[in-house]
Amino acid sequence: MDNNKCCVIIGGSHGGVNVAFSLRKEGWEGKIVIVDKDPNLPYQRPPLSKTYLTVKDESGYIPLKGEQAYTNEGIELLLGQEVTKVDKKTQSVELNDGTVISYDFLVLATGASPIIPPIKGIDKARNLFVMRNIQDVKGIQAALEGGVQKVAIVGGGYIGLETAASLRKLGLEVIVFEREQQLLPKVNANTLSEFLLELHQNNGVQIELQSSVSEIKNEGQTQTIITAEGKAFECDMIIMGVGVFVNQTISNQLGLEYNNGISVDKFCKTSEDTIYAVGDCNTHYSAIYDQSIRLESVQNAVDQAKIVAKSITGTSEEYNSLPWFWSDQYDVKLQIAGLTIDADNHIIRKEDEKKWSIWFFKGDQIRSVYAINNAKAYVVGMKLIQQNAKLDKEKLVDLNEKLSPKTLLIQNEINV
Amino acid sequence: MAKITFITKDQESIVVEGTAGSVMELAVQNNVKGIDGDCGGVCSCATCHVQVDPASADKLGEASEIEQDMLELDDDANEYSRLCCQLQVTEALDGVVLNVVK
Repeated sequence: MDNNKCCVIIGGSHGGVNVAFSLRKEGWEGKIVIVDKDPNLPYQRPPLSKTYLTVKDESGYIPLKGEQAYTNEGIELLLGQEVTKVDKKTQSVELNDGTVISYDFLVLATGASPIIPPIKGIDKARNLFVMRNIQDVKGIQAALEGGVQKVAIVGGGYIGLETAASLRKLGLEVIVFEREQQLLPKVNANTLSEFLLELHQNNGVQIELQSSVSEIKNEGQTQTIITAEGKAFECDMIIMGVGVFVNQTISNQLGLEYNNGISVDKFCKTSEDTIYAVGDCNTHYSAIYDQSIRLESVQNAVDQAKIVAKSITGTSEEYNSLPWFWSDQYDVKLQIAGLTIDADNHIIRKEDEKKWSIWFFKGDQIRSVYAINNAKAYVVGMKLIQQNAKLDKEKLVDLNEKLSPKTLLIQNEINV
Repeated sequence: MAKITFITKDQESIVVEGTAGSVMELAVQNNVKGIDGDCGGVCSCATCHVQVDPASADKLGEASEIEQDMLELDDDANEYSRLCCQLQVTEALDGVVLNVVK
């Protein structure tokens, strides 16, 4: 392989870093440069809302790779720097300090950013934070040191709920506002929403459903959140967890095709031959669910990174991973296999109050499993979804039947 | 201080020393190939699968239920399989030999 070539990766989180290391694994001998404006050695994001927020030391900071690993593999890290210009004609990127780097391949691992909704008075809000990177967490921690007592979290999705659990652990007063009538509104299972509602309430979180924040008032020392429903709540800190938007500055400059995310093919290649996109920022076709999807997850970023490295080095493999996710709140571990997007029915298997699982089907075909303190249900679910299996639902709810692929299978069709 | 030996799939032997944290973190810091730790060490992904050398198996305690469940359907799992994010680096692990599975 030509070692004069250069691959520039914009974005040094799970996707970007894994593209770099996978490229070496696949035998790429050229230069590899990762550019990211975050000055910290690339790190694990999921612990931020969980362990990292709750510990005062650095034990929650888990680098994706050790510093030495980058040196050993010849991966150049340009941290604290930003790409200000991209030019696909000259195949080059320009950094904020004026440096110009030519590329043979460009990988956009540019991710997404938290939405800050245009709520009245938000420009004057005190201690307003999001939850995306180390700076956010450090900002929250510094404000807590400064005497914050009562935190309002806007959004009852995963980020909001994990943050609520962590802040309760620190002994703060927490109130969560969710616009819809249930927590995790994107998840189509009331049972889970109700379980989480009770879990958080039992742990002392105040949850306000069907409450959209319409104004933030700051008068003297008092900060008040006003909802469209006419209620008022005082708070010292506000954390926004209402979702993300794809970072489009670079892809727009390049004029790449876009559809809710940067459009990519089965090899994560964009509409330009030498440009790829991985992770949260891309929209790709999922053969398993037969539709175009955009995912916000570590699994998606890491698995796509391997596909990109293979494509660049000429051993193309199509992306076809089954999505998986997890969330930790208090003593509850939620593990999710697959997506519910084409499911039309679901059933619940309950070992006990704390250990159970939701099985989502399209007809009899298993499409997704939500496992609550039940790793077995998760791994069995992963295996069965990958096999496109049809399950015996009566056996599934029968606790005398062992939770295993063998017992649950009624038919096994493998669609290719 | 514990000295831990990783043997990767291509038979490379990597000896590292650690004092705290999980064995997975130690492996990632030292770029041990085949240990990814995608979930950051919360027993959710099974990308840090190792098999303990039988000769040093007595240095480790029992795997938890969740760890056992995560490994149950892994085709490469055997009685010596562990997810090394669940192994804390302590003196007790000194001299342990771990075979990386992937």
